[in-house]
Amino acid sequence: MKNTEEIFELLKKEFGDAVLQIDKETPTEPIIFVDPLKINVVGEFLRVSEELKFDSLMCLSGVDDANGTKVKDEAGLDTIQGGTLSVYYHLYSTTLNHKINLKVSAQREDPKVESVENIWKCADWHEREAFDMYGIIFLNHPDLRRILMPYDWEAGYPLRKDYKNPEFYQGMKVPY
Amino acid sequence: MALKTETMVLNMGPQHPSTHGVLRLELELEGELIKKVIPHIGYLHRCFEKHAEAMQYNQVIPYTDRMDYLASMYNNFGYVIAVEKLMGIEVPERVQYIRLIMGELQRIASHLVALGTYGLDIGAFTPFLYLFRDREKILSLFEMTCGARLLYNYMWVGGLSHDIHPDFQRLTKEFINYFKPTIVELDSLLSYNKIFIERTANIGILPVDTAINYGVTGPMLRGSGIKFDLRRNDPYSIYNRFDFDIPVGKGLVGTVGDCWDRYYVRVREMEESLKILEQAIDNIPEGDVQSAIPKRIKPPKGTVYSRVETPRGELGYFIISDGSTNPFRVKVRAPSFVNLEVLGELCKGHLVADVIAILGSVDIVLGEVDR
Amino acid sequence: MYQYFYELLGSEILATLITAAVPLVNVLLAALIGVYLERKVSAHMQDRLGPMRTGWHGIFQTVADFIKMLQKEDAVSTEVDKKLYNLAPVLVFTGSFAAYAVIPFSSKVIGTEAEVGIFYLLAISSLVVAGILMAGWSSNNKYSLLGAMRSASQIISYEIPTAIVVLSMVMYTGTLSLDKMSQMQTAYFWNWNILGGAEFGFAKFLLIPFMIVGFIIIYISTLAEVNRTPFDIPEAESELVAGYFTEYCGMKWAMFMLSEYGNMFAVSGLVTILFFGGYQSPLGYFGDAIGVHWMIPFEQVFWFIAKGWFFVFVQMWLRWTLPRLRVDQLMSLCWKYLIPYAFVNLIIIGIITLL
Repeated sequence: MKNTEEIFELLKKEFGDAVLQIDKETPTEPIIFVDPLKINVVGEFLRVSEELKFDSLMCLSGVDDANGTKVKDEAGLDTIQGGTLSVYYHLYSTTLNHKINLKVSAQREDPKVESVENIWKCADWHEREAFDMYGIIFLNHPDLRRILMPYDWEAGYPLRKDYKNPEFYQGMKVPY
Repeated sequence: MALKTETMVLNMGPQHPSTHGVLRLELELEGELIKKVIPHIGYLHRCFEKHAEAMQYNQVIPYTDRMDYLASMYNNFGYVIAVEKLMGIEVPERVQYIRLIMGELQRIASHLVALGTYGLDIGAFTPFLYLFRDREKILSLFEMTCGARLLYNYMWVGGLSHDIHPDFQRLTKEFINYFKPTIVELDSLLSYNKIFIERTANIGILPVDTAINYGVTGPMLRGSGIKFDLRRNDPYSIYNRFDFDIPVGKGLVGTVGDCWDRYYVRVREMEESLKILEQAIDNIPEGDVQSAIPKRIKPPKGTVYSRVETPRGELGYFIISDGSTNPFRVKVRAPSFVNLEVLGELCKGHLVADVIAILGSVDIVLGEVDR
Repeated sequence: MYQYFYELLGSEILATLITAAVPLVNVLLAALIGVYLERKVSAHMQDRLGPMRTGWHGIFQTVADFIKMLQKEDAVSTEVDKKLYNLAPVLVFTGSFAAYAVIPFSSKVIGTEAEVGIFYLLAISSLVVAGILMAGWSSNNKYSLLGAMRSASQIISYEIPTAIVVLSMVMYTGTLSLDKMSQMQTAYFWNWNILGGAEFGFAKFLLIPFMIVGFIIIYISTLAEVNRTPFDIPEAESELVAGYFTEYCGMKWAMFMLSEYGNMFAVSGLVTILFFGGYQSPLGYFGDAIGVHWMIPFEQVFWFIAKGWFFVFVQMWLRWTLPRLRVDQLMSLCWKYLIPYAFVNLIIIGIITLL
């Protein structure tokens, strides 16, 4: 059983720059920041490493950080430019009984994160959900389709903070 | 000349008697043999997470009711625990006890639905009505406590919406005594029925490592033979004060991790819940259930991931607070959502009738899958 | 019976019509009572009351339902094969209606005293398969198709053990006529075939166990032939929605139901005739005792209906107790267990009969 700081040290030693920093500010649980394009390598290490054995991905959540600049577009609606979209990974080891939280952040305009689907199968639908809701592209995901929204939903990604309801969906009025 | 054959695609659902809601399964069939199963979900998507961002923390609770509508108490439970953790609130003993009792009653009620509908899927109609008759008694207890029978909005951050009724303890004890023989009846009527065993044993076997890799939790994971229960392994509330077993699948009539094991783990879990109830029901301390409810719920900046063991598995709430009165982000890790994912793996090489048996043993609630 | 009405009315046409109407009335009554009984039996087994509003204890519920069915719109989807689709329920119902023609309700109430009654019964009830296949295929629905395929294979498979047991009974009694078979088991219950038949002697006691085996085999396989739980996989509401009649509604749907409940009583009647003395009273006739001989046929009707409904009740009892088998398990039960046992039974009964 290891705490987050020890794991962070371990990861820093193994991967260097790919593991960016540790955030101990948050009151309940510290978070390790990881490079979005290296998360699959880090994940693989976390799962197979003898001292860590993170065999279970509890949760994978997309988040809109909403830390860009708000601008008004031509229609007078707020949109966010710049900033990041993030993905949180909550890992747990059923054998060693320890947890960690990882976070990756990708640019809002080009949100690309490596998929961890082949490390934890569980991530498959979670990643599809994050794609569905935030438009985060998971590279090397085998089947990145919308999951909760209709397959032909074209009005963007609903959980983004600057999402606007469309007027019509397939000829049906949406806001009723 | 070879006969030209092609596979048949059968859309099972969204309207189908045995998909437990609006789930669509795209079955690729060769005769009646399953080649591939592709679940399509989202027919019951109600944007819980988007709603939550527009609501204050306490206003989110009624929405959590509507996710797993067969275990609403437990959804409340998980959410308030997460927010309390974020705010660092200590809730009074009485509240802890009542929450736990409600949670366990809810677990029994939820398993009764799961087992009853499972019998229905296999073709046994009668156990379903027997079990629903017993579930009614639990719902009456809930109704007596908070006025609602299905969607309770009972647990609030820091407390409860109502104190229990003066008769509650007596009636709960009566229920416990009434319910114990019912489990024996269920065993003889359904669990050890020869045809039922034929239909469920050795069907849809889920090995442990696959289960963990797919993030499967709850009775499904325990059915695969691993003793993992968050009430024990990552205790929350006051579960560590009580003495109970964690039933696991042992492959009594087939292979470990088959449908029958998953079914039987649920039957045994009801017995364990009764054990917890018996220990807790007499020891509810006196106190005020609303004393710790904060006037304004405004958690500090930060994140929390908190998980509880609902009747279906690990229910996780991931809450990000930006210091305002509304949550910045609420993500729900719904047990059914994750458990359903493994369906395609389980169904390979089985028959159409087995898909129903397997889906029933997964025990999904579509309200929670789609949120 | 035809002869009787012919003499009474003096008109061939009227006599034919009346004789033909009797089985129709029988099958309709069987279906009406069957549906009502199913509801009540299931309800009481499941700790509830069932229909209670229409009449005393809901006794007119099925009548009310049939009136509702008649009023319903006859919705036919555009993609069905109309000819087959419309013909299928008629064919299925014809099969079960025609079967009633040879079932002797008493020594007097019988549609036709055909010498080959049991042969005709087996043949005509196979018509149902054709109807079911037509329904499944023409509905243009995958559930219907799967249900029809299951049904065809199931009914055809289970006809074999039924036929073998019937054959052994034909061998034993030496007649194909259902009426004669009933007559042979006359008077008291120890003369029933299940208890070794009417002749006293060593062979009678030797036969009893094999008769019981034969009875169990034919009861199970007739259960499968009328698609009842645990063999109701063609309809399997939790898998195939409603199987071959998924696309039907209104009166056409009702005809499937009618024939199902009609068949239930028909196969129970068959079992009764083969093993339980048909319309014969188990304890002698009241009419005989007081010397009123015209009462005997009425008593016989009572006994036949009572025995028949008892077996229908057992069918319902099984349905509301047992889960459903799977297709392959159903087939293996038939081909691996029932047919071999039925054959062995046939040979042994044959040898004993010869002795």
